[in-house]
Amino acid sequence: MVKRSQMMRRRLVLLFATLGLALASCSGSGDQSALDPKGPIARDIDNLWLLVFWISVVVFVLVEVALLYAIRKFRERPDEDFRPKQIHGNTRLEVLWTAIPAVILAVIAVPTVAGVFNVREIPEGPDVLEVEVIGHQWWFEFRYPAYTNAAGEPLTTASVLHIPEDVKVNLIMTSADVIHSFWVPALNGKRDLVPGNTSNLTLIADDPTPSDDPLPGQCAEYCWLAHADMRFKVDVDTQAEFDAWVAEQLEPVVVPTSGPELEGWETFQSVCTACHQATVQQPDGTVETIGVSLAPNLGHFWGRGVFAGAKYEITDDLMAQWLDNPSDLKPMDPDRNDIANGRVLGMPDFGLDGTQIDGLIALLKSWE
Amino acid sequence: MAVTTPELTATEPHGPTGLWSWITTVDHKRIGIMYGITALVFFVVGGLEALLLRLQLASPNAEVLSADAYNQLFTMHGLTMVFMVVMPIAAAFSNYFLPIMLGARDVAFPRLNALSYWVFVGAGLFMYSSFILGGAPDGAWVGYAPLSTQLPETVRMDFFALGIQVAGIASIASSANFIATVFTMRAPGMTLMRMPVFAWMTLIVAFLLIFSLPIVGVGLWQMFFDRNFGSTFYLAAAGGDPLLWQHLFWLFGHPEVYVLILPAMGIVSEVLPTFSRKPLFGYAFVVFAGIAIAFLGFGVWSHHMFTAGMGPLAEAGFALSTMFIAVPTGIKIFNWIGTTWGGSLRLNTPMLFSLGFVAMFVIGGLSGVTHSIAPSDTQQHDSYYVVAHFHYVLFGGAIFGYMSGVYYWFPKWTGRMLNETVGKWHFWLMMLGFNLTFAPMHLLGLNGMPRRIYTYPEGLGFEFWNFIATLGAFTIAVSVLVFIVNLIWSKRKGDVAGPDPWDGRTLEWSIPSPPPEHNFDEVPVVRSVDDFWHRKYTEDEEGRLVPMPAVSGGALAVDETTTGGDDDGHGEIHMPSPSYYPALTAVGMTVSAFGLTYTPWGWIAVGVGAVTMLLGLFGWAVEPVTKEDQ
Repeated sequence: MVKRSQMMRRRLVLLFATLGLALASCSGSGDQSALDPKGPIARDIDNLWLLVFWISVVVFVLVEVALLYAIRKFRERPDEDFRPKQIHGNTRLEVLWTAIPAVILAVIAVPTVAGVFNVREIPEGPDVLEVEVIGHQWWFEFRYPAYTNAAGEPLTTASVLHIPEDVKVNLIMTSADVIHSFWVPALNGKRDLVPGNTSNLTLIADDPTPSDDPLPGQCAEYCWLAHADMRFKVDVDTQAEFDAWVAEQLEPVVVPTSGPELEGWETFQSVCTACHQATVQQPDGTVETIGVSLAPNLGHFWGRGVFAGAKYEITDDLMAQWLDNPSDLKPMDPDRNDIANGRVLGMPDFGLDGTQIDGLIALLKSWE
Repeated sequence: MAVTTPELTATEPHGPTGLWSWITTVDHKRIGIMYGITALVFFVVGGLEALLLRLQLASPNAEVLSADAYNQLFTMHGLTMVFMVVMPIAAAFSNYFLPIMLGARDVAFPRLNALSYWVFVGAGLFMYSSFILGGAPDGAWVGYAPLSTQLPETVRMDFFALGIQVAGIASIASSANFIATVFTMRAPGMTLMRMPVFAWMTLIVAFLLIFSLPIVGVGLWQMFFDRNFGSTFYLAAAGGDPLLWQHLFWLFGHPEVYVLILPAMGIVSEVLPTFSRKPLFGYAFVVFAGIAIAFLGFGVWSHHMFTAGMGPLAEAGFALSTMFIAVPTGIKIFNWIGTTWGGSLRLNTPMLFSLGFVAMFVIGGLSGVTHSIAPSDTQQHDSYYVVAHFHYVLFGGAIFGYMSGVYYWFPKWTGRMLNETVGKWHFWLMMLGFNLTFAPMHLLGLNGMPRRIYTYPEGLGFEFWNFIATLGAFTIAVSVLVFIVNLIWSKRKGDVAGPDPWDGRTLEWSIPSPPPEHNFDEVPVVRSVDDFWHRKYTEDEEGRLVPMPAVSGGALAVDETTTGGDDDGHGEIHMPSPSYYPALTAVGMTVSAFGLTYTPWGWIAVGVGAVTMLLGLFGWAVEPVTKEDQ
């Protein structure tokens, strides 16, 4: 008997050691962690979480200790003829353990309700930067209506969202196909992108991120095949960096006149523009937007650093593989594309040959 | 004091063996056993699916499964565990023990009961046939529109829409049956407030299902029509609303959570008093807490939609209602601890699982409270934190509760005890594996790992805990293997149990193990909660337990069934005759579902199925209830 209870105790110790270890490592977290906020909204949320977490820990410890105490203290002793008192209940205790949790919850309810209204407040005013976010299977599109280029198109990019530090950014979000969810845990909770609806999310970032290490984010609403690969980055800039980035993005990319780039341009016009768009400057100086906006805008594509829903860094090798057969790099279902009805489930294998691929890479590189 | 008399036997010795006798049985006990075995099979299947998912996630960028395979498997894992494992295992216990606990000889509608089972089997086979008929559902168990209606040319989500629909019909039928049973079949003296808590929870769950399933039923038909007949309920471009589906689904889906957990709470409320040798602390409070949970359960569904954009007012309202529900849940937990307090605790395997339930459910309940903090929930929502939370509720809670029920009642089903040593290995392995698997998921979620992703990259800090979770999953698998070995071995060679191996409190322990087909030779008369216990024990002046002077131990009390009023009076007990019409009706319904999946050619199968169903119902309507009436 003694031996058995010792064994049980050892197992319990092991169990709680595991749980304790798990709790202890709460602090160590990666860049996509909600526990390491990098902006005031995420910090408010984190503080609310910490409040409830520690209350929960106290309740957890009290309840589990009471349970373990009861198991130890009231365990049947084989040598004793113990006859337990038959207690059927106690109304005073019932009232007590109804009232105490109710009071605790009331305490939590106040900051919760306040938090709901704070987090959901849509910022307005001249200092607010508005960005339209459009979810697509399986990439995020970002449009800045405040900045238009020479062809009258708003600044449009994909996979990397640039925002200036300390500025309230109002994301106006919707989806082109199924429901997605925009989640950059370091800056705010997630918010769904629902087709036919618009939703808002506010981002405020404390500090600029190094441009080679922006904040990671990810789609958080299951959207089928490449849901796991529907990622994005938030690059937080100083105001000066941001302004420079905007100016660069508003420049049209230049149509080449010679070399492999010209080969690429021909392929681009005949194949890519069925889904992709870019604002280009023709050799005669005219600026126009060509193509269709069903897939990521390819103006200044190479400079984004990441592609395919921010799954990969842009390199010559990966780009060549992608152009050879996109579905090798990311699970998609382009055979079921129905362009006429706007159903785009990934980029098909166009059977491009080596020269075409090299040409396209040269072209896109020149569009950094 | 009547002792079993030889001439007092069931009039119809229904062929006790052979496949046909199982297909045609209307005996609630045999139907309960079939529910249990089917649920166990699906538990193994759903568990294997989980192991594959965990293998894929054990390391970053793994290629064990393709994204397509992963999506089908995680969807089917969820559907299986909810609709094919936990609901039927609860139905297994309710079928077997609800009538006995109430002192009845069967449920109110025995053939409807058989129909429920066969329709459920049909739904399960229907859903699983999808793997070889074009792919399994891959839109997650929540089936969010418009993803679920995006590819109408495939059949995967048709299997989803129709499979849940058919399974729902089975649940509605059995719920109506349980409600009628509770309201009409109780033994004399068995007032509602003398019913065992498990019977109460079964009743509450039946009401939950009857009110919630039609809601998702509407949603599923809309999904099916959008996919097949060009309707636009969820098509935003045509003025439909994708969020409508979420409301309809969660208005079912949240009560469904209580459907899964309340019967387990009922079992725990039976096991803790038995093994503490004390009555349940605050019986009335536990019962009314269950009712309160069920009521509130209909008012919290939108906490699943805190990120969907309902507006701050609705979010604040649902945050508060979600907090409220912690109060009755807390009442239950405190009363369970109160039950053990001052008792004489026997730590047999059923008790270990019930105590494990309380310990683990507290964690799931507290993480549930953190979800009610709407702003903070926007970080947790659809992340692994949620996966951790609902596994603490549905595995650490429900499955532990049902495991407790299996160890507790196996002797009643089979007449033999499950092996205690093996049972304790099972418990500790499962406890260890469960916590290794799901505790790390809290961290993964808070550290930014979304759920339903087939892979994750290196460098986000997900590697270590995912690996641990996979180790845990295989530990659970070993524990389930130990459990199955225990079931098979003990069924043949376990210690003979006798009618009352645990010194039980409720009426099922007053009859032989396994019980005769008619359950009670004479219908008992009930005088209090835990009536059987009070036939064995009384209290002294200090309220301490004293064996009844007349009987020593309690063994004698078994045969000492008090004569009830509604004995037939001529020494014969009418039991309903077996019938194959319920099974036939279920076959017709399943064939119709297959037909609907493959319209327009499938209309032929729909017709064949409908005719079969009508034949079954017609034969059912006209066949005599018992052979004697012929």
